Amino acid sequence: MSRKDQALGRVSRRTLLRAGAGLAGGAVLPSALTVPAFAVGISDKPTIGTWPAGSEGDSVNIGAAVPRTGTYAVQGEDELKGWQLAVEHINSGDPLLQKIAPKVSKGLLGKKVNLLAADSAAKPNQAVQEIQTFINQNKVVLMTGSTSSAVAVALNKFAQREKVLYVTGISGSNDTTGKDCVRYGFRQNFYGETAANAIGPVLVKQFGKNRKAAFMTPDYTYGHTVTKSVNDYLTKNAGWTMVTNQISPLGTQDFSQYLTNIANSGAEFLVNVNWGRDAVLSIQQAKQFGILPKMTLVVPYQIPFLAKETGPELTAGVYAATDFWWTLEDRYPLAKMFVEAFDKKYGYKPEWGANNAYMSFAIWARMVSEADSFYPPDVIKQYEKGEKFDSTVGEVSFRKEDHQLVRPVIIVKGKAPKDMKNKEDFWEVLDVVPGAPLMQKPDAFGCNLGDYT
Amino acid sequence: MINWANFISQCFNGLVLGALLALISSGLTIIYGTLGVLNLAHGAMFMLGGYAGWLTYSYTDSFIAAVLAGAIFVMIVGVLVERVIIRHFYHRSHEDQLLVTFGLGIVFVETVRFFFGSLSKTVPPPAPLIGITPLGFMFYPTYRLALLGIVTVALLALYVVLYRTRIGMIVRAGIEDSVMVDSLGIDVYKVFMLVFGIGAMAAGFAGIVNAPVVSIAPDVGEGILVQTFVVVVIGGVGSFPGAILGGLIAGEIISITSMFNPGYSYVMLFVAMTLVLVLRPYGLLGTAGRE
Repeated sequence: MSRKDQALGRVSRRTLLRAGAGLAGGAVLPSALTVPAFAVGISDKPTIGTWPAGSEGDSVNIGAAVPRTGTYAVQGEDELKGWQLAVEHINSGDPLLQKIAPKVSKGLLGKKVNLLAADSAAKPNQAVQEIQTFINQNKVVLMTGSTSSAVAVALNKFAQREKVLYVTGISGSNDTTGKDCVRYGFRQNFYGETAANAIGPVLVKQFGKNRKAAFMTPDYTYGHTVTKSVNDYLTKNAGWTMVTNQISPLGTQDFSQYLTNIANSGAEFLVNVNWGRDAVLSIQQAKQFGILPKMTLVVPYQIPFLAKETGPELTAGVYAATDFWWTLEDRYPLAKMFVEAFDKKYGYKPEWGANNAYMSFAIWARMVSEADSFYPPDVIKQYEKGEKFDSTVGEVSFRKEDHQLVRPVIIVKGKAPKDMKNKEDFWEVLDVVPGAPLMQKPDAFGCNLGDYT
Repeated sequence: MINWANFISQCFNGLVLGALLALISSGLTIIYGTLGVLNLAHGAMFMLGGYAGWLTYSYTDSFIAAVLAGAIFVMIVGVLVERVIIRHFYHRSHEDQLLVTFGLGIVFVETVRFFFGSLSKTVPPPAPLIGITPLGFMFYPTYRLALLGIVTVALLALYVVLYRTRIGMIVRAGIEDSVMVDSLGIDVYKVFMLVFGIGAMAAGFAGIVNAPVVSIAPDVGEGILVQTFVVVVIGGVGSFPGAILGGLIAGEIISITSMFNPGYSYVMLFVAMTLVLVLRPYGLLGTAGRE
């Protein structure tokens, strides 16, 4: 499907160019003259990216490239629901959204917000092409998407080139707001490094020092950076040893050869950094090979729907760091409002992907409304003010040096089936760790944001 | 983890992996050998077998019923697809054949996704096969051991059909020269239909017996298609023994390479394919001049 779309897209663009060249003057010339004239007329700001064309009408478009097929399809659907709910709340001026973005009332700066979504299959090139189409055809004022840091990194670069704002979807890699950070990109969920620094002390406290761990790592930026962060913490602070690191490609079905290596490795712990269906399959198969429960499973960065898909027997007692779990509704009023609204609309408790998606749009709406402008550099500078505001996990703020949200990390532990109060009560919130002390210096991973214009 | 215990473990694991690849590839190779159509929907048929079996299992709780349903359903799908679509493409270019089977694959995958969603489904192995068997050098999932037996039996059955029956003789003759078979007064198109059905059934059967190992999702066949294609190239297009040899070689390459560095498993698989293409372009057990 996608290949065909791309081919069609290319043809139509080319045809368009040819047609445009053929017209030479005529209809083209006046419009070429009026656009800058209009921009100058309204302010002294030069045209940039899709501005002002994208926000001239009575509505603005947002483009999302989200995996609806493949390894991350399940998480992608959840994310998409979060974005949809946020857009609905922006357009209706929902009380929850107004707690985060007080100046929003029925639409953003008087304009209705539309969400356009396309399937990225978690593939960077596909995501970039789709967003390119959204920019060309729909003049999107904001782009989003990922559930794979490989996509996030690609869209980061693309956003900076096209000068269109980008808020990441799910992306846990250290590179996203680290070495591949950009002026036009912002991330709501935390670094893999932050997750490691939060979960590390819990693991050391629970399991002690000098232990042997086998790692399972998906072969792309997220996997490599998270494995490094977790391993660095455990080796430096508690003398753990990585006895093997099994790197598998995204979308692996059969993990038998990796698990065979792990079974023969003498490890006591299985640190599984795989994500999405890769995590589900590798955990199920680790049980088939008798590796679980012989080894203790650790999931450094919690995966939406993991417990639901593997069954709570396999996640019982597992420690994980996460962005959000729905029982946080007992701690934060905004979390309660969010969980209720989401559950009412979709019939299940939101996972952290949906929460991340909702929050990233709500925060964007806040920044646009506070800046009172869709002009990208104005919105970016609003983010960079670093103001504190309320969220579903308490007070948060953006770090201006790397465009990373400073926010708490939630530590959860898998509940045994007998302890579950209802069918979605998979995790127990053990701790909410403040984010700022966990974070490395903004330039530690070589972030260089680049230009505003 | 380079040590003898792990080496033996990986060799054994490669055998199980390879047997399954051999079964799926044998379906692909006899279809291509006879019809000259590279069926890019083969991976999707593997997936359909899994879903048909899963659906049956959820109603009957019987694994055997699930396996039968998976195999027979996909065979019927294969026959229908051949009658309604593929037969119009025998005289068209390879590009058209690739496009139509590729498209069919997408239709199958998206139809399943529409009805059953993207969440993966599990079919538990039959009760006596749940658990772990100590092999001395390692613990191995009992069902995977059984799978080795199941696949061996299925391959033997295919062998008997292809080499010990009249219809098998016709099919093999069709692989060598379908024009000649036609001119001998045998309705070659009926043979084509049959071959497509059997080939599809092999994929469907593999899909359901593999379901307890990996659990199923709409795109479960995507990766398998690529691997089986490599197996067919290594073994020789149209060669049933070639598919088995190719499958086992591929399984061992993937497994043993992963002992040194899993990242190179698939690289080595393609290296092997390239070597075969350079040194023996028609595959290890293939014959020069076959389509």
